Amino acid sequence: MTVLAPVLWPLFVAALLLLAWRRPRLQRVGSVLGSFGHVWLSAELVRVVLANGLQVTELGGWRAPFGIVFVADRLGAAMAMVTAVVGLASTIYSVSGIDSRREAFGYHALVQVLLAGVCGAFLTGDLFNLYVWFEVMLMSSFVLLALGGEKKQMMGALQYVALNLISSIVFLSALGLLYGLVGSLNMADVAVRLPQAQNDGLVAAICSLLALAFGIKAAVFPVYVWLPSSYHTPPTIVSALFAGLLTKVGVYALIRSQVLFFDVSTPWMRLILLAVGILTMVFGVMGAVAQGGFRRVLSFHIVSQIGYMILGLAWMTPMALAATVFYVLHHILVKTNLFFIAGIARRHCHTEELSRMGGLYARYPGLALLFLIPAMSLAGLPPLSGFWAKLFILKAGVDLESWWPVVAALVVGFFTLFSMLKLWNEAFWKSPPEELPDKPDPAIGRQRWRVIPVVMLAGGTVAFGVFAGPVLDFSLEAAKELLNPQIYVDAVLGDRS
Amino acid sequence: MNFIFALLVATLFGSGAYMIMRRSIVKLLFGLILLGNAANLLIFLSASPVRGRSAIVPPGQKVLTPPHADPLGQALILTAIVISFGLLAFAIILVKRTYVAMDDDDLDQLDGGRPE
Repeated sequence: MTVLAPVLWPLFVAALLLLAWRRPRLQRVGSVLGSFGHVWLSAELVRVVLANGLQVTELGGWRAPFGIVFVADRLGAAMAMVTAVVGLASTIYSVSGIDSRREAFGYHALVQVLLAGVCGAFLTGDLFNLYVWFEVMLMSSFVLLALGGEKKQMMGALQYVALNLISSIVFLSALGLLYGLVGSLNMADVAVRLPQAQNDGLVAAICSLLALAFGIKAAVFPVYVWLPSSYHTPPTIVSALFAGLLTKVGVYALIRSQVLFFDVSTPWMRLILLAVGILTMVFGVMGAVAQGGFRRVLSFHIVSQIGYMILGLAWMTPMALAATVFYVLHHILVKTNLFFIAGIARRHCHTEELSRMGGLYARYPGLALLFLIPAMSLAGLPPLSGFWAKLFILKAGVDLESWWPVVAALVVGFFTLFSMLKLWNEAFWKSPPEELPDKPDPAIGRQRWRVIPVVMLAGGTVAFGVFAGPVLDFSLEAAKELLNPQIYVDAVLGDRS
Repeated sequence: MNFIFALLVATLFGSGAYMIMRRSIVKLLFGLILLGNAANLLIFLSASPVRGRSAIVPPGQKVLTPPHADPLGQALILTAIVISFGLLAFAIILVKRTYVAMDDDDLDQLDGGRPE
């Protein structure tokens, strides 16, 4: 039951919020309280997993591999935990960060459904069920993205929807072929049966189709363009949620599928992933340098950071995989926070164009310092979490003497720093181009609600950096579990394998 | 029989891919519908359909005698159909709203990325 709790709880909260359809104030309170519950339940799951190892729940008493199973290993449980934390930060931010029109159309309930979909994807042990959770997550993200119906939003949403539908179709085709080949879609069962399948061509096709489907969702080169053209269009809070969580679900699915195919996957898959990782980093950061909007710069940095995670996955050593896990966990917190700050900065400057922003440091030094924590963490300055994440990736590369990716990672790190300094100079340091109109904002009184999650996540980032040792130990354990699928198979199938 | 199905799946994938690469938004939608159906038929096909042998244990017998059609593959398709139905209904509304907002059916005009 513990395994299912982080998935079912947000759905339950969403149902309750729908009952309070006409009471937005009640919905805000309910949504924040619900998210506290979510954090508690997923923390409980992490605790149980740490104490007792892998947790398996068989739905409806149907034994694996016939029924659907939910499995929480270290990676899945940690991802659910971070999701819940980001969910809590977002619901607190939305107390004042969302306009009443969107609130009236079920914004709060949609966020909870999105969180349920993301957690479901992290905890399911069945590939077809993973597809279903993807769709749950996508459907609510579609509505959240298009809700409000501004012209710019519609254009971004259409690209996002089209690309994600294509990715789902590719995923579904891969599932069809895989089911035809091994006759099962239970991940553990597939891991057992796949090496026995005597059809290298089909295995390669399935492996590449899955990589393409998850690659689109993770926004890797060359299928990343949908991300920077849609993430800056919805309200800040929505793009912060998306930036933190959605691409990471793609990365998570890539990790799972690559580990699953580890025994049968050919060296060329590693090579492709390595190339994709490098190109994703480079193209992402180059795009970011060329941008002039706060959130657009950040969107391109999501792409570039995904590249680092793919590098660790391509190397596939315990150290590299641990570095990827560390990177994903750190990045979710940092990126969500940067988008929050972008939203607050936009509210103060009445614009998102960097050329027309400025003077935030003089007027709000506290906010400026809060920006520096996640920004410098993203750029990888010690002792913040991003430094350790990059260091571990580089160490994994140096151990393997895989020099080109290491050089690329260093150069991209430099450009990330450059780009964060650009944000700092343009938005915070330079004097504003003209005297900003001191329009009293109707919602400015509730502004403090938005600073709470920023402080919370910045604190998390600092703690992540300070306690990098224990987190790395945890990631190494998670990587060990991933690289030894037998642990997973034994936990799910027991003596039936 | 399977060969005809394979041809059908290939045609649907091919025409769907062609449609999503056209410039018109409406054709993008048609392309997505074709691709979705192609994927569903692919699952049907790879679950190795057997004609006229449903997976029901005949009276007087304890177990199924192969060959028989695999009901699980068809259950997967049913789920996928329901999901894609919902998604497409949403996509159609979105396309209509986009068309109203832009007053244009050309995907190349659809650069939400540019700052206004």
